[in-house]
Amino acid sequence: MSNLLQFSISEVLSLLEKKEFSTKELVETYINAIEKTKDLNMYLTTCFDQALEQAKISDQNYLNGNQRFLEGIPLGVKDMFCTKGIETTASSKILKKFIPTYESTVTQNLLKEGAINLGKLSCDEFAMGSSNETAAKGEVINPWNFEEKRTPGGSSGGSAAAVAAKAALAATGTDTGGSIRQPAAFCGVVGLKPTYGRCSRWGIVAFASSLDQAGPITRNVSDAALMLQVMSGYDPKDSTSSNINVPNFYNDLGKSIKGIKIGIPEEYNSNGISSDILEAKDITINFLKENGAEIIPVKLPLTKYSLPVYYIVAPAEASSNLARYDGVRYGHRINGNSLDEMYENTRNLGFGDEVKRRIMIGTYVLSSGYYDAYYLKAQKVRRLIKNEFNEIFKQVDYLVTPTTPTTAFKLGSTQDLLTMYLNDVFTVPASLAGIPGISIPIKLDNNKLPVGIQILGKDFDEQGLLNVANVIESCASFKDTPNGAAS
Amino acid sequence: MSNNSKIDLDTLKKLGKLSRIPIDKAGSNKLMEDLNKIIDFIEQLNEVNTDNVSPLSSVTGHNLPIREDVVDDGNKNNDVLENAPEKNSGYFVVPKVIE
Repeated sequence: MSNLLQFSISEVLSLLEKKEFSTKELVETYINAIEKTKDLNMYLTTCFDQALEQAKISDQNYLNGNQRFLEGIPLGVKDMFCTKGIETTASSKILKKFIPTYESTVTQNLLKEGAINLGKLSCDEFAMGSSNETAAKGEVINPWNFEEKRTPGGSSGGSAAAVAAKAALAATGTDTGGSIRQPAAFCGVVGLKPTYGRCSRWGIVAFASSLDQAGPITRNVSDAALMLQVMSGYDPKDSTSSNINVPNFYNDLGKSIKGIKIGIPEEYNSNGISSDILEAKDITINFLKENGAEIIPVKLPLTKYSLPVYYIVAPAEASSNLARYDGVRYGHRINGNSLDEMYENTRNLGFGDEVKRRIMIGTYVLSSGYYDAYYLKAQKVRRLIKNEFNEIFKQVDYLVTPTTPTTAFKLGSTQDLLTMYLNDVFTVPASLAGIPGISIPIKLDNNKLPVGIQILGKDFDEQGLLNVANVIESCASFKDTPNGAAS
Repeated sequence: MSNNSKIDLDTLKKLGKLSRIPIDKAGSNKLMEDLNKIIDFIEQLNEVNTDNVSPLSSVTGHNLPIREDVVDDGNKNNDVLENAPEKNSGYFVVPKVIE
């Protein structure tokens, strides 16, 4: 068989079943691809020996006809997921040499169904960033026009880049304010943030607990459906995970979108949005019209307050969650003459600048005298934002927006904090409301960089989201491959 | 920096103390500038009327599940200590806190 890297998950599953090639060959091909794309700096840790052992089991299962749902599918795992026996650092120095003694529920769900972990993918430190530049081991390079050294986006930059560069068949990501959708858009792949509560957060390094959600990053929409199906499900170990039926996302793909109502929010239009992105939005609207959807312009006036809410709520939760990194129980310790000095030395050298800033902002907005003015105020505006989405979803079934205001920028080009934060201006609102969102590639811009479009839906309507995405995907027929991809 | 900066050097030192992140002299001006930029940005929320709005702390829409209260230490003593930078006889070791 010629080039195994070209096949999607569903294709690989059917070819493995037909014994066109073995899982061992497939895994070896991906290991080779990872070696070839080393310069993109995507993998922090690899576990090839374990992957090859798993491949043997998968091949045996295919031989006996006992194959599981994702038998033999080689994945990359974002370094935010705890993986038993495999170093997990959240791209932070403070978790250097941390080897979890347990597996996160989401990765366990994938392994249980036969998926194979190739290694851990880089991200912004503790998932705090939109460019992968805050990663302790250095930034990932976007495989598109790789010689120009552009950002893959963040925080799941390693995941999106690896899928685009064919150094993983699919990858896991986490999304707190856009960390799956924005890098997926920048790397020309599909990224799905499920409804808050769809996937268990157990065993995922916590950033902002009321926002964090795991999801798949894949080559196409049907692969996202396959991955989501396995990643989802109620978990008693996460009290916020929802005890709700997981549909057969993959089998139910392909429904017509005739007559469904698509809202186009006029506010998702600001902040120096590039003309290529507006053009991609118009193209998408035409695809939807051609397929019988009704296009309705809508207003979401609170959109501009989403980022300020996010930059209170997320740092507040982070400052609390990251209090656990004290050099006592795990991770890196820098000694001192007293307990306090040990804490301070450990945290000072263990955390990077962006993480420190967010911990301090979080500490400030939660501190006595400021709590009501900032934290409580943000929670109230968050309620209004959620209500605004609830109201709009009485009028329309889905919303279609650009995923990002720009395409992938050059690494090191964005020095201003707030300019960096504005990357997430179109993705943060859905995170605050907890609703699902997906980004899919539409076209390339003038610089030959991918442009992504975002679809948002009601709570737990990932199926509908995937159906709409599926229709847009087949119309867009985005088939380009980055020049930095393995072949 | 503008005169109405919310975070001055004293506040910064207090935040450093509360979060156990020491403030080094060389970086303190830049850090203050960055933090105040963020504070100015988030203060946009003052434009929004939130009278009689209840705060939203969770979007799950379901109550926290209740489980049987059983005595269970998890039998994970070794696992818990596995990654400790320093341990002794089944305990974490920290610098001496009592003279």
